[in-house]
Order: sequence, then structure tokens, then C-alpha cells
Amino acid sequence: MGPALKLVVQRVALGLLLLLACSVLIFTGTMILPGDVAQSILGQSATPEALANLREELGVNDPPVQRYFEWLFNALQGDLGTALTNGRSITESIGSRLSNTLFLAFWAAIISVPLAIFLGLLAVRYKDRWPDKLISAVTLASISIPEFLIGYLLMYLVAVKLRWFPSVSMINDSMTLGEKLSSIAIPVAVLTLVVLAHMMRMTRAAILNVMQSAYIETAELKGLNMFQVIRRHAFPNAIAPIVNVVMLNLAYLVVGVVVIEVVFTYPGMGQYLVDHVSKRDVPVVQACGLIFAAVYIGLNLIADVVSILSNPRLRHPK
Amino acid sequence: MKDQLQYLATRAAAGLMGRREFLGRAAALGVTAATANMLLSGAVKAAGVKKGGTIKVGIQGGGASDSLDPALGANATASQVTRLWGEPLLELDPVSGVWPRLAESFEASADARVWTFKIREGVTFSNGKTLTAEDVLATYERHSGEESKSGALGIMRGIKSMHAGDGLFVIELETPNADLPYLLSDYHLAIQPDGGKDDPAAGIGTGPYILKSVEPGVRFVGEKNPNYWDDSVGHAETVELIVINDDTARVAALQSGQVHMVNRVPPRTAKLVARAPNVTVHSTSGSGHYVFIMHCDTAPFDNKDLRLALKYAINREEMVEKILSGYGSVGNDSPIGASYPLYTEREQRSYDPDKAAFHLKQSGFDGTILLRTSDNSFPGAPDASALFQQSAAAAGLKMEIKREPNDGYWSEVWNKQPFCTSYWGGRPVQDQMFSTAYLSTADWNDTRFKNEQFDQLLLAARGELDTAKRTQMYADMSDIVSEEGGLICPMFNDFVDGYGEGVEGIVDAKQGFDLNNFYAPLKMWLA
Repeated sequence: MGPALKLVVQRVALGLLLLLACSVLIFTGTMILPGDVAQSILGQSATPEALANLREELGVNDPPVQRYFEWLFNALQGDLGTALTNGRSITESIGSRLSNTLFLAFWAAIISVPLAIFLGLLAVRYKDRWPDKLISAVTLASISIPEFLIGYLLMYLVAVKLRWFPSVSMINDSMTLGEKLSSIAIPVAVLTLVVLAHMMRMTRAAILNVMQSAYIETAELKGLNMFQVIRRHAFPNAIAPIVNVVMLNLAYLVVGVVVIEVVFTYPGMGQYLVDHVSKRDVPVVQACGLIFAAVYIGLNLIADVVSILSNPRLRHPK
Repeated sequence: MKDQLQYLATRAAAGLMGRREFLGRAAALGVTAATANMLLSGAVKAAGVKKGGTIKVGIQGGGASDSLDPALGANATASQVTRLWGEPLLELDPVSGVWPRLAESFEASADARVWTFKIREGVTFSNGKTLTAEDVLATYERHSGEESKSGALGIMRGIKSMHAGDGLFVIELETPNADLPYLLSDYHLAIQPDGGKDDPAAGIGTGPYILKSVEPGVRFVGEKNPNYWDDSVGHAETVELIVINDDTARVAALQSGQVHMVNRVPPRTAKLVARAPNVTVHSTSGSGHYVFIMHCDTAPFDNKDLRLALKYAINREEMVEKILSGYGSVGNDSPIGASYPLYTEREQRSYDPDKAAFHLKQSGFDGTILLRTSDNSFPGAPDASALFQQSAAAAGLKMEIKREPNDGYWSEVWNKQPFCTSYWGGRPVQDQMFSTAYLSTADWNDTRFKNEQFDQLLLAARGELDTAKRTQMYADMSDIVSEEGGLICPMFNDFVDGYGEGVEGIVDAKQGFDLNNFYAPLKMWLA
């Protein structure tokens, strides 16, 4: 077994272990949440007898350890249980929510990742001249403004005033791909603006760092032009940090866009999780927590594997 | 009477009532057939209902955790969805009080203890089954069983026995209750086949729409029920509910024409929204009220003078102006407002720092009062608390405000801590409001108000069929609460809805909740 493969296997095993640890944390965390499911479901209109009846029915009286192993075992088989509040199958509900979230994240990523890397390269090419400064200023401004504000501004301009795209990003199965894309146009634009700066600045910094190396000078002396130097010599060596930051942002696009979902009424995972947290619907919170943890760990794992594989010393051992 | 006749004519013209029924009711009001016919034709010209199209509603108040089971419904979306697919026996009505739906008619025994409902014939559920009195019985049983988790359990408590047969449904009460028909208009009590005992969340009922798509917290689509019995309800071919909880997003959706109507336009921006050319903002006074509640049995609030000092130390007009932006009315320390039937004006208590200081001195209290509040007790509660703190300071009353987290406010603070901000959605009739929160033995006696005279009056009023006497009794009870109780009620909030271009048939609802008591998508139409 080569050292690269060994490292990759190690990383994957570590990732799985981490996920198991997360599942314990999530389960314990939801156990110590203050408040009471029954009270939250019935709200202000709860009578003591209605509360007692509901608690009994929800089975919140079993020992926690037993419940953890039952839950974990079922989750491994793909059965995440049923929501306490509305009795729907969680796997089914999450299925459509997760695919919506991934749909939005996918289109935001398709636009923002290449754009960020391209802008990063452009900034390096024109380092300290006006294109570099303009790109930096615009992306820094867009990351500094809170995302809901950008959302509202775009909504006002594009949806209410110009009426180009809808302000409510509702998607459902009966829509064609074109309709869906038109529906999510504004949130995709907002998300792109939000994640652009981070990735673009990391690209710029990583490549500039490599540009200090002696072999870049050699390449320049060979007579290669600036773009070729960046493309052939600088970029491959800067890939590890760039992939890292890209994956962090992809993870954010999947697990951290609840504000955008609320503003644009997008039926994604974040909104689903928040609704159930406020109702103390523990099985749903646990399921969402587990999925979010898996996405985060998975994407970071990919980043790790890519950086391992992009390291020639590990790919070609002596 | 003129108002009532005009109202009936509009209703008949809008197709909400048959012509024959209109003439009959007009005759009952002492109007000749010729005059009534003229009135009707005038109103018909004005109305012109259009059928078809899709009404889209942007609605606040739903979450992904909602169930279709009407017993568990506790927010605006659940109420609206239930309206689409199901119907209660009766409907609240702005003029005549209650209007028959699945009960064709009803009558009470002389002592208001036994009520008989004639169930409408020829009505079918969306699964093809015919509605019977037994279904009504089964539904009510499900809401009233000891195992019940229903939001309507409180209503069902006073029922001694029920039985069904021959198309009649009979309720026998423990104690007389002249208000029973009002209570049965509650949306939780939508009639389900076999009471929904097999599958309470199936969404099968007799309503004007059949649910085609159900995504809790996201979207509900109802298509016109082809077998619906009442031609005057459900004009649109399709009704689509889109849950938009964010205020700005909901209003933007209305302005950009993506939805035809929205509920809960934020009062702060309602005047600005109304300026947009294609939007109408419509406000309805309701029985919901924003309150400060003191526990009458906990020091220092067990002192009547201190309670009075606090009641005189609040500036109600300022609250309506600043917290509700004018979309509301001044409260008078009673949970009963002008939207209740049998309401009478009482002398208005107003802000009086001198009187407050006098009562404060009488009480002998000189410490600082701790007021707990949170954003979700009612919108703007922390601001209202700050206003209260200021106006109380002018009377020499020291008050400290503690912001509590939204999370768990209803389980940890409300009905537990001696002084906090809260909200009541109101009830259709006085008896229910008083029984829910002011009777000594009430489940939610959140002011710990125990007054023997009040309790006796409440029980006596239930069986009193003489309207004038009952009206007086309720006024007396409001006086007692206002004088002795732990309730400081500065304001009643309006329900502020927004309608977009092309929506017709907007009428005033005097009672109920948002969107014309959730009948707006059913009774309005698109031009």
C-alpha cells in the first residue's frame, strides 16, 4: 500500500469515527435541551391533562441510553423515525428538503466556485493594479453586508420593481428545470455574493504565496507569459488550500443558509430544522444534526483527500 | 335593521345565499317581497362574482412540524388549511352571530341545556361517503374523550351527553349555555368521516376544496370539490397557500404580484405598504389583546392598591399609537372588547399619574417591580414594557424590565412568574373568554384571579336567555375584573391583511381571526 492510499484510508476511518462521536454529541445535546416537547406542541393552549396524554403517547419516558442505540441502529438502516409533531416519516420529509437544499447549493456552487477562482487569478495577474483593487473592494463589500440585507435589496430591485424573477423561491416537482432556475435566481445570486470573497481571496493569497518561489522565477525566465506561469506552475501547487476553502464554503451552502431560506421562503433543510427545534421535535433535530455533520465531515474529507493526492511527494514515493 | 338587510342583500348578490332564502329572511325583517327584490337586483349589479382561477395566499404562522389533524391545529396556517377541506357545524357571522353550515338549523330547549342540530342532507365527504349525524357525533367524541389532545377540549368539557339519529344531533349540557352555537363554530371542530378516528390527519372532509398537495410549512394546494354542496362558497378553481413566515418576504410577495392576499401585515409598515398602488391594506378589529398580567395571589401583587396603581400608571393611547401604529383600539383592563356580542361601553380608565401615586402610597409598597417580557409574548412587547416603565416612573413607581428568551417563554415564564407580558387571541363569546382564564378554577387562570361573586355571575349568565340581563351581567363581570383583577389590558390589536390587484368581494368580519376569519380565500374571487 502506497503512503497516499494509506493516508486516505486513515482519513476516511477518522471521518467515520468523528461522525460516530458527533452522533453521541447530538443525542446528548438534544437530551439536555430545556423545555418539553408536549408543552411546545400544544403551546399556550395546553391543559395539564392534554399534556400528560401527549407525553405518554410520545414515549419520552424510556431510558436515554436505550433510546440512543435504537436510534443509531435505525438511522444506519436509513430509518430516521417519525416526527413527533406531525407523525410524518422523517426520511421522506428530509428526502425532498435535502434535495432542495442540494439543488440550491449546487447552482450557487456552479456559479460561485469558477467565478471566485477566475477572479482570484485575475487579481493575481493584475496584482496591486485597479482590477485587483476593484475585485477586492466589491467582494469584501458583499461579504460584509449581512446576507438578509443583500437578499432584501435584490428582492426589492429585481422582484418588486423590475419583476424579472419571483421573490418567493418556491419549487416543486411539477415545475420544469427552467422554471426552477428562474425561481431560485435571486437566492443563488445572493449566495454567490456571500461566498465569493472568501474563496477568491484564498485563491489570490495561495497563488501569490507560491509566486514567491524560485521555480516561478525560473519559469518567467524561460519566457512563459504570466497566465501560463500561473496556470502551469503556480495553480497546481496552490490547489490544497484552495480546495480546503472551497469545501468549507460548499459546506456552508448546504448547512448554513437558513436565513436565505427564510427570506426567500425556500423549502430547504435549514428551515425544516428550525421549525422542529422550536417545537422540540427531537427525532427531527437529531436526524438533521446527523445529516449536517455528515455533510460537513464528508466535504472536509474530500478536501483532505484532494490535498493528499495533489502532493506529488505522497503520490510518487521514493 | 337596515344594515342587516343591506348585508343580506350583498350576501345574496354575491351568491352566498339563495334568492329564496334572502326573500324569506327579508320578510322576517318586515320587508315586502317587491322591495326586497329591488334591493337584491341592485346588489347583484354591484357584485358580479367570477368563478375560476387560482387564488394564492401568502400566509404567516405555519411550520414544517404542522399536522393536518384539526384537533392539533394551533396557528394561522392550520386554521386556513382546515377551512379549505373541512367545515364545522356553524360559521361565525358579522351580523347575525352564527350562520348555518353543516347544521341546517338548530334549536335549544327553554333552559338552554339541550341543543338539537339538524344535519344538512345530501352532503358528501371528499372520499365519497355521505355525511350523517353519526359522523358529527364521532367527531365530537374524538375532541372530547379523556385521551383527547384537542385544542377544542375546553369547549367540549361542559357536555354531559351526546347522541345522534334521524339526521339529528343532540347535545345535552351539564349546565345551561346560551352560547353553545358560537363555540361550535371553532375551526378545530371540522366534521370528519367517522370523526377522523381512523386517520385524523387524512384531510378528508366536506369542505369546498380537496387537498392535492400537502407540504407542511411550505405549501398547500386545494382544488375545487366538484360535489361541494354550497355554490356560494369557493369561487376559485384552485387555492394555493404558501407559507411565508418572514414579514418582509410576505409583503414583497404581495407587492410583486406572486400572491393575491397575505395575513399579518406588520402594523409598523402597514401605512407604507398601503401606499403602493396595487395593494389594499384591510384591518379588522378582533378580540385579541396584548396584556400585562399580575398574579393576584403573589406578593407584592396581592395588594389591590398596588394593582390599581399599576393600572393607572399605563398610557393606553400611547401604546396603541406606538406599538400598534394605530391598528388597534384602547383596552380597558377587561378581556372583553367591542368585537364581542352583548358588549356594552364601560367607563374608560385612563393614564393618571396622580391616582397611580395615590394608590401606590395606599399600598405601602416602595420597592422595585420586576416585569418579565420577550419578543414572542406579543410583537413589540419589550418596547411596550419600556413605555410602561417610563409612564410608571412619572407616578413614582419603579419598574425593572427583564428580557426573557423567546424559547420556552410559554412554558417557563407565562403562567409561572408573577408579572409578565402576554397575549390572548380572544374567544368568540364572553362566557368562553371568562371561563378560560378568569374563573377561579380555570386551567389558564394566568392572573390567579379568584372572586366568588364573579364566578357566580359567570354561571348565572350561562343560563340566562334574556339578552338584556345577560349583557348587564357581562358588563358587571368586566367591572369586577377591571377593579379587582390582575389584568392590565392596554390594547386590542387589529388583524391587518393585505390584498393585491384583482381581488374582489372583500367584506368586514367583525369576529374571528386573520383573513376574514380565514374565509377570505373561499368567499373572495379574482376579477
